[in-house]
Amino acid sequence: MKRDLTIVPGAPLLEVHGLTLVAPARGLTLVDDLSFGIAAGEFLAVVGESGSGKTLAARAVLGLLPPGVERRAGRIVLDTQDLTQASPAQLRAQRGARIGMVFQEPMVSLNPALTIGAQMDEGLCLHTRLSGAQRRERCLAMLERIQIRDPARCLKAYPHEFSGGMRQRIMLASVMLLAPRLLIADEPTTALDTLTQREVLDLMVELAREQGTAVLLITHNLGLVARYAQRALVMEKGRVVEQGTTRQVLFAPRSDYTRSLVDALPRRSAEPVATPGGPALLEVRGLRVTYPGPRKGLFGRHAPQRALDGVDLALRAGETVAVVGGSGSGKTTLGRAMLRLAASDAGEIRFRGEDVRRAAPAALHGFRLACQLVFQDPYSSLDPRQRVGAIIEEPLRLLGDLDAAARRTRADAMLAEVGLAGFGARFPHELSGGQRQRVAIARALVRRPALVVADEPVSALDMTIQAQVLRLLKALQRQHGFACLFISHDLAAVEQIADRVVVMQAGRIVEEGSRDRVFDAPQHDYTRALLAATPAFAATGEAEVPAS
Amino acid sequence: MKLRANALIGGVLVAAMLAMAIAAALWTPYDPLAIDLASKLKAPSTGHWWGTDEFGRDVLSRAMAGAATSGLIAAVTVLLAVALGITIGVVAGFLRGGVDRTLMAVNDALLAFPGILLAMGMMVVLGASRWGVVFALGLAYAPTVARVVRGAVLSLREKEYVEASRMIGNGEWTTMRRHVLPHCIAPVAVLATSMFGWVLLAESALSFLGLGVAPPAPTWGNMLSGARPYLQSAVWLGVAPGLCIALTLLGINLLGDALRDRLDPRMVR
Repeated sequence: MKRDLTIVPGAPLLEVHGLTLVAPARGLTLVDDLSFGIAAGEFLAVVGESGSGKTLAARAVLGLLPPGVERRAGRIVLDTQDLTQASPAQLRAQRGARIGMVFQEPMVSLNPALTIGAQMDEGLCLHTRLSGAQRRERCLAMLERIQIRDPARCLKAYPHEFSGGMRQRIMLASVMLLAPRLLIADEPTTALDTLTQREVLDLMVELAREQGTAVLLITHNLGLVARYAQRALVMEKGRVVEQGTTRQVLFAPRSDYTRSLVDALPRRSAEPVATPGGPALLEVRGLRVTYPGPRKGLFGRHAPQRALDGVDLALRAGETVAVVGGSGSGKTTLGRAMLRLAASDAGEIRFRGEDVRRAAPAALHGFRLACQLVFQDPYSSLDPRQRVGAIIEEPLRLLGDLDAAARRTRADAMLAEVGLAGFGARFPHELSGGQRQRVAIARALVRRPALVVADEPVSALDMTIQAQVLRLLKALQRQHGFACLFISHDLAAVEQIADRVVVMQAGRIVEEGSRDRVFDAPQHDYTRALLAATPAFAATGEAEVPAS
Repeated sequence: MKLRANALIGGVLVAAMLAMAIAAALWTPYDPLAIDLASKLKAPSTGHWWGTDEFGRDVLSRAMAGAATSGLIAAVTVLLAVALGITIGVVAGFLRGGVDRTLMAVNDALLAFPGILLAMGMMVVLGASRWGVVFALGLAYAPTVARVVRGAVLSLREKEYVEASRMIGNGEWTTMRRHVLPHCIAPVAVLATSMFGWVLLAESALSFLGLGVAPPAPTWGNMLSGARPYLQSAVWLGVAPGLCIALTLLGINLLGDALRDRLDPRMVR
């Protein structure tokens, strides 16, 4: 018998050959001649930016293509069975039982109307012949394995009773319960903060190793690839640009595109941090914000929850202060309370020495003119009915001493500064995510504010775009000298842009210091945990890479 | 392209209806009120293009005169309902709290009655006249608009670009006018076009009950209800006003859709 010598020993579990996906209505080729294989128990990362076709390729494996997308060519072979020839019923038998999938958004991928137990049971019920008691036992064992407190109670609980990280663990547990041969994880931790991300992925790797499951991780985060994957595949615009061991792809990239991805990783800038002296531009002292907590019982009172508890912070002109912390640490609340977008119940907010916390809304006009906010999501922070030019001109209307022509000139100049000259007549939906965030930055800066609060301004953007936007923000700051409060859970971005770092945990500041001090010699345990969980790798090849 | 064709058909139909109404003010083939018992219930012929009714009145002349009356009543009623509804909905949705609860409680109480019943009650107080119909139906349909607008405002006010507008320094009402209100137009436009149809029919029901436009003045509604006893013997009596109503509604719906798409920059290519 003749054997194909190109197949690696221990023939691949999944082989994709020349997969081509098209959207005929739009005349687009979304995935072009994609070929790859995964061996049993292997961890393969598919890396690419939005629109690279990585998610579609994974969905094609499951036979779950969105409407309007068709497979034009290619074979998908799982354990000698060609899935492209399988009937829908045969495909259904594969899903869950042999191929498991974990989605990006844990908040919406569990059905809120069903208990955890019912949802975990569903897969077992479909794919096994176990009795009810046996299934329950398996679920309990799995929940115990992923270290959920009180598994019996968890089975009866509903998804909303758990945090995002817990939900993703539960999702993972219910997928791994069926011991699939292949686990497809589509950006499973993008919606989670750094610490939780590490917990979930560590758990995923452990479970996969125990069950000998191969993992196909779809991600845009090169740090995660470096930490977890054995092999990596880089996609750009539907094509594979590079494929190989993680070490080779990340540390000795052969294609220009991969190199640009690696170069886009945020890294500490060589120049020293700014340490401006002088009086504080904006200062908060003992700031406290409380939210009504969950109601206890039908008639119970809301027990207040403290989102911010006695926070002291001062910003000086021209410096960038980064606020980092996990989700729920109060960093976003701090930014909003400082700008008086959220109400605070105690403490002081002094802007240029004047108390603005207690000022009446009408007296805030000057404060509003001097402080601006850049939102996280550039898709929802721009009015879809306004043209870009009008969006940027709008803040100028409140200055009063500018006529329409002067406003126009200044808006155009600002657009040019963010690299979007000539985009004034477009609508936001005609722009890419990065372009939209540039518009949002232009809107914030057009009035030459003294302070800009940037709330996770790059976390919704692709890697290469993130790097561009961060560089732009820094360049504009150098030029215009505004103070910037940079709120982020991404320590890598913070390291690139911040002069001073403030670490928050549970509504309090636990550590504060210059960038170099905090990153090189963290004092607080929480800061150390955050730093350890940050999936970063040095392009020099120092990072730990799993043996392939 | 498909969109343009729809808009074109809608425009032609609405223009035809307007032409009929305007022509009626200047000239009709016969006096729409002139009774000619000698030629009653005549089928369409060269003398009477759309036939005559049970009193020998010319159906075409009456349909033309009816176009003016019905169209005016429906248009003004819809405008009134939309204006009232938007005001109530925006105030409730934007101020929230006690104002919202009070306004919506009244609104829901009004919604609990069928619109036509509410209008009948008001007509009894107001007396039968065409402006009575406009006022009663306008009030009766406003709560529906208010509900839709309030819902839209409640979801819109949480959008980040609304917050961005506050952050720029815009006052609440400027924010409202520039960034919230324009987004309410699409659902309201859709609602208003279907409401035009409801009003035409409600007006005929009121007329039928003797609460609307008093006979013998013709409206499409009362022509349609007057044709009921003769549906088998003189089909044209029902067909003429029925077709007028149906084609006008079709035209207005098509125009409404085109308008909505036109107003949404994401739909414009």
